[in-house]
Amino acid sequence: MEKLLQVNDLKTSFFTHVGEVKAVRGVSFYLDKGEALGIVGESGSGKSITMMSIMKLLSDNGKIINGDIYFEGKNLVKADEGEMEKIRGNDISMIFQDPMTSLNPVLKIGDQITEPIIKHKNMNKAEAYKRAAHMLSLVGIPSPEDRMKQYPHEFSGGMRQRVMIAMALSCDPKLLIADEPTTALDVTIQAQILELMKELREKINTSIILITHDLGVVADVCSRINVMYGGLLVETANTDDLFYDSRHPYTWGLLGSVPNPNTLIRERLKPIEGQPPDLLNPPKGCPFAPRCEYTMKICMTDRPPMFEIGENHKAACWLNHKDAPKVSSPFKRGDK
Amino acid sequence: MGENKKLIEINNLKKYFPIKKGILNKTTSLVKAVDSVSFTINKGETLGLVGESGCGKTTCGRTIIKLYEPTDGQIIYDGVDIAKLSNKEMVPYRKKMQMIFQDPYASLDSRMTVGDIVGEAIDIHKLMSGKERSERIHYLLERVGLNSEHANRYPHEFSGGQRQRIGIARALAVQPEFIICDEPISALDVSIQAQVVNMLEDLQSDFGLTYLFIAHDLSMVKHISNKVGVMYLGVMMEVAESNELYTHPMHPYTQALLSAIPVPDPKITRGKKRIVLEGEIPSPIDPPPGCRFKGRCKFAKPICSEITPELKDIGSGHFVACHLY
Repeated sequence: MEKLLQVNDLKTSFFTHVGEVKAVRGVSFYLDKGEALGIVGESGSGKSITMMSIMKLLSDNGKIINGDIYFEGKNLVKADEGEMEKIRGNDISMIFQDPMTSLNPVLKIGDQITEPIIKHKNMNKAEAYKRAAHMLSLVGIPSPEDRMKQYPHEFSGGMRQRVMIAMALSCDPKLLIADEPTTALDVTIQAQILELMKELREKINTSIILITHDLGVVADVCSRINVMYGGLLVETANTDDLFYDSRHPYTWGLLGSVPNPNTLIRERLKPIEGQPPDLLNPPKGCPFAPRCEYTMKICMTDRPPMFEIGENHKAACWLNHKDAPKVSSPFKRGDK
Repeated sequence: MGENKKLIEINNLKKYFPIKKGILNKTTSLVKAVDSVSFTINKGETLGLVGESGCGKTTCGRTIIKLYEPTDGQIIYDGVDIAKLSNKEMVPYRKKMQMIFQDPYASLDSRMTVGDIVGEAIDIHKLMSGKERSERIHYLLERVGLNSEHANRYPHEFSGGQRQRIGIARALAVQPEFIICDEPISALDVSIQAQVVNMLEDLQSDFGLTYLFIAHDLSMVKHISNKVGVMYLGVMMEVAESNELYTHPMHPYTQALLSAIPVPDPKITRGKKRIVLEGEIPSPIDPPPGCRFKGRCKFAKPICSEITPELKDIGSGHFVACHLY
């Protein structure tokens, strides 16, 4: 398959009055055409900032200080604002966590959806209206023509998120970035939105990057998963390998923090003790070392490289070095 | 645990909010936020309350602790019906019942030190003063995994997980018997959620606490609760022992709700048949008679629009409100 997106050694920092916050500290990954990639990690792990760097939507004090972002062979890091405007909403679109604050409360839904269509697709108003109505019915909004005359407050949370998805998909983007699209929604509505995203990927072959902290959501939608921690990529693997054969203690920690769905016995959860690292003064070695129960001397001094584990499977942990003690995941799940 | 003594018994609890209009402030309609909810919680146990947003689970919790005046029904606490007690008569009960809130950012006064936040209830109930008071505060902070030095700091210096610990220390300050946890972990990161849940479990066994655990994270509720109640539009649809509910859900709504949980195990997720509910929760303003779920239920029959199904025992403490049974 052809690579749609290739990110090489991306570093993004924010320059604040207390100093340089190194939010993303050297991240490399790729995305194939038609693939759904999941990115998991806690708040502050750099997952959203990586996506904002790809879209070049960083706030004024944020800057990409190193790396390349190739989208269909074009380096977005070197692209100017005019070129980015053509790409945003047209080739790459994004949906955000909070559908209320991402919609303009004083504009009718119809006007908001038609705006990118008129801009990017060179359609006139009537054609754009038709297309918008079509997109709304595609995402499961009944009587779209009437709904387009309404304002965002007349929509429920799930419906607003559907509007956001319709808007994001209205210009046939090659890549859809969804940043915690279902976190603010109820499980039943979340199930509807996830089904919709899977369906759209099959129907119109959109590539998807799904950012979430919910391991259940990525297990459902994505075929490959990146795990981020402290501004770094710590593990990347196909979904099954990540859940059944993970090689990084942080991933084990994430999996152990959620209740095992297969058991009727009340097992105690295994949380990750401590707090995530301060990215103003990131640790010299592995960012997870202070919270890791397998920490060795080298972990505090040298940042681990990405060790090759298998096909599509890499983990940045010294335990995968040939001289390291053999430790297997304390985390057992399912029937593998 | 194990002693099957009822601490809380809720009978047909109702909370209606009037909608007033016009210059005469006439009540035009009622929001039936909680409409006839019944359950019991044994001493030292946890009842989980789940449901979608707007189903009335938070209102239910707040009415039980009498932050809202109940419209009708009984709240029997340790043998006494507290539903009709005056504010003055409630005072001793307020000490026994405490609450932990969802948003650790909004529920702590940003201009008070952590020590004063935790000590406020001690002062109000005039339990301790001076050295005894500060020792108690230090003990509580250490009990929830913070340091005694943290007492002099302000909430903004703490992370979300630490703030929730402060909220828990505040709830524990007056040595309560019963704590209502209203979505205590939903604002926290996954690894921090597990820390807080483990701590709540430890505190429960150490102090013999009874919890009402309100959440929408169904897998966490299953983990922490002995019994689980499922609410929909102000009505209790199903109550059962937690494993029983998750393995044999009877109500069509519970079945749909459980099937919607994303399971963090790809093989199970792929093999899972999901019941996707169409539509959304209808409005709780003057709901029509009959079952509240009928509009989204694929088993709906004519009787469902006529008679409201009652919550009845279908064996071994499994209660369902559905005409199918």
